[in-house]
Amino acid sequence: MSSAPATIDGPLLTADGVPLKESLEKSLRRSKLRALLLVAPPLLFLIFLFVIPIGNMLTRSVDDKLINQVLPNTFEAFEAWDKQSEPSEAMFEAVYTDLKNADKTDIGKSSVRMNYAMPGWRSLIKKTARKIKKMEPPYREAFIKADERWVDKDFWLSLGIMKDKVTFGYYWNAIDRTYDFDKNVIHVDENRKVYNLLWWRTILVSVIVTLACLVLAYPVAYLLATLPMRVANLLMICVLMPFWTSLLVRIVAWMIMLQQNGVVNDTLVAAGILADDNRLEMMYNFNGTIIVMTQILLPFMILPIYSVMKTIPPSLMRAAQNLGATPTLAFIRVYMPQTVPGIGAGCILVFIVAIGYYITPELVGGKDGRLIGNMVAYHMQRSLNWGLAAAMGTILLCVILVFYWIYDKIIGIDNMKMG
Amino acid sequence: MALPIYATPGQRIWHYCYLAFCVFVLFFLVAPLVAVIPLSFTSTPFLNFTPEMLALDPDAFSIRWYKTLFGICGDVDASASTMCHNKWMTGAGRSLYYAVCSTILATFLGTLAALGLSNQHMPAKRAIMALMISPLIVPLIITAAGMAFFFAKVNLSNTDAGIILAYTILGMPFVVITVTSTLVGFDRSLMRAGANLGGTPAYNFFKIQMPLIAPGMISGALFAFITAFDEIVIILFIGGPQQHTLPRQMWSGIRQEISPTILAAATILVLFSVLLLTTLELLRRRSERIRGITPH
Repeated sequence: MSSAPATIDGPLLTADGVPLKESLEKSLRRSKLRALLLVAPPLLFLIFLFVIPIGNMLTRSVDDKLINQVLPNTFEAFEAWDKQSEPSEAMFEAVYTDLKNADKTDIGKSSVRMNYAMPGWRSLIKKTARKIKKMEPPYREAFIKADERWVDKDFWLSLGIMKDKVTFGYYWNAIDRTYDFDKNVIHVDENRKVYNLLWWRTILVSVIVTLACLVLAYPVAYLLATLPMRVANLLMICVLMPFWTSLLVRIVAWMIMLQQNGVVNDTLVAAGILADDNRLEMMYNFNGTIIVMTQILLPFMILPIYSVMKTIPPSLMRAAQNLGATPTLAFIRVYMPQTVPGIGAGCILVFIVAIGYYITPELVGGKDGRLIGNMVAYHMQRSLNWGLAAAMGTILLCVILVFYWIYDKIIGIDNMKMG
Repeated sequence: MALPIYATPGQRIWHYCYLAFCVFVLFFLVAPLVAVIPLSFTSTPFLNFTPEMLALDPDAFSIRWYKTLFGICGDVDASASTMCHNKWMTGAGRSLYYAVCSTILATFLGTLAALGLSNQHMPAKRAIMALMISPLIVPLIITAAGMAFFFAKVNLSNTDAGIILAYTILGMPFVVITVTSTLVGFDRSLMRAGANLGGTPAYNFFKIQMPLIAPGMISGALFAFITAFDEIVIILFIGGPQQHTLPRQMWSGIRQEISPTILAAATILVLFSVLLLTTLELLRRRSERIRGITPH
């Protein structure tokens, strides 16, 4: 190619004789590759330590493999059974073989899982497993001798709930529903309903906190945006200081303010507004959660609204008033519509953060201020029902991701600013 | 914001109500933190203002809780002020260690990501950016639960390394955000000019780009640092008794034996945050100055 002189009709060449198009593509490729190489290490780091662990946890919400591995013969015998007749000797023998072959810790884990399907399984399996070595055929009699609950056909029927390797049972549990023996979804007993209430309360708290933040933040953001820079900067410190202070410190500070002998109650009593024996209960209940969460999340609302208000030229309001609008009308019709992006950003941000809150409700919420995050923690650490914890976590995460997606669509992630 | 001289009485009343409301909100934000400071000097083991304190009686105030905080046990045994084993100080040391290590890692990785993402030819920019920021959005309780299972599997739970890695994940998004926003105003022709003058890409980066994005890096690092220093949820899930950090000490203090020591610690942390805030504000001004944007 280099031997042929470039003509007007031929492709445009660079100084090296390479067609310009090719050369540009090459440099574009190189630039892309460089960007990818820069992003690769942090991205892989994030994927390995954040995305995979969370994805892994979420699979626990549908995972029912273990029990099928531990009790393969049992489930096979269960499939062969007509569900009407009394459990046969072959079925008891299958359980016997499985319990004899299985590892002890696996049996323990499976029995816990079986207990979620039907209360009583855990002790039944444990008791039987202890005596398994001494058992001799016929197994039906031996089992019933070990624990007479084996007569109860319901235990056998409940195996139907667990026979698949993938279950959606935990998701139904997370909204106060459960499977009956034919895998139909039914409501749990009225007195065992907990989670629906918690979901509603979580949404309620998040909405109240978001609205409270909006009402408190909007006027302050307006003040900050319209004051001269010097004064505004000083007030900005008031907004940012709580933002930068340790979460636990803020919670302790609120305990001092809100407790029975706290600053707020003392002040109200001293001012004669409250009787001494009639102090307000603002801590360790629903109110405590709302008040403290509002204060903690308020900067998340003020900052986005403020940064939008900064960009609105004050001359627009003057122009509106010049055209005959009253100040109120000018504010509502001209100024407020322009602040909507800031309001949207702030509301979504506050709502997303509020809905997953755990520490604050745990410390100041008392009994009726607990949220769904606390339930996730409870099942992770105390009851060890990890499937249920994972299912609740997944639902929570999906809700948050929807809002995150909306946020990205409307405002754009790259417009997120800190401080 | 000043009221025009021709304002009607109604407008005046409205204006003052508005100002009063703003003062109330700012008070709501700051008052609890300010209330902590005098109360931390109480001489009683209770968390409320005693009548003596309100009367400014000098005997009602003491620094005994600061002594406990710093592990000086002279209070109990007047003969010598010995240093006693103190969970507050060791906890602060641990927190500092985790925060520093994870901040260094997060700043390095986050800056890399921001540099790559600000390249105009970067494919799938928006999606990767969203993923990079996601640790800020996903509730800590979910992150903590996921990490607890995963770290147990790869033998990282109850180790310092595991906690540092987890905190790096939390800190990275801040660095990505702050460095990306300093790169918005970055003039790429500066790099081309450097290359034209014979600088290697690495030399140009350290001599030209890095000083310009340094304010972003530092403020991102500060965010990452404070996040790690203050972190409580993840440590509860993946930390063992050996990983007893300052927030953990405060957590158990709040839940079990609440004493004014926690107020002394809180006071110091409030002052610490004021210090950080001032640093950040100075950095922001510097960044605007060197990028040629006049401070308003």
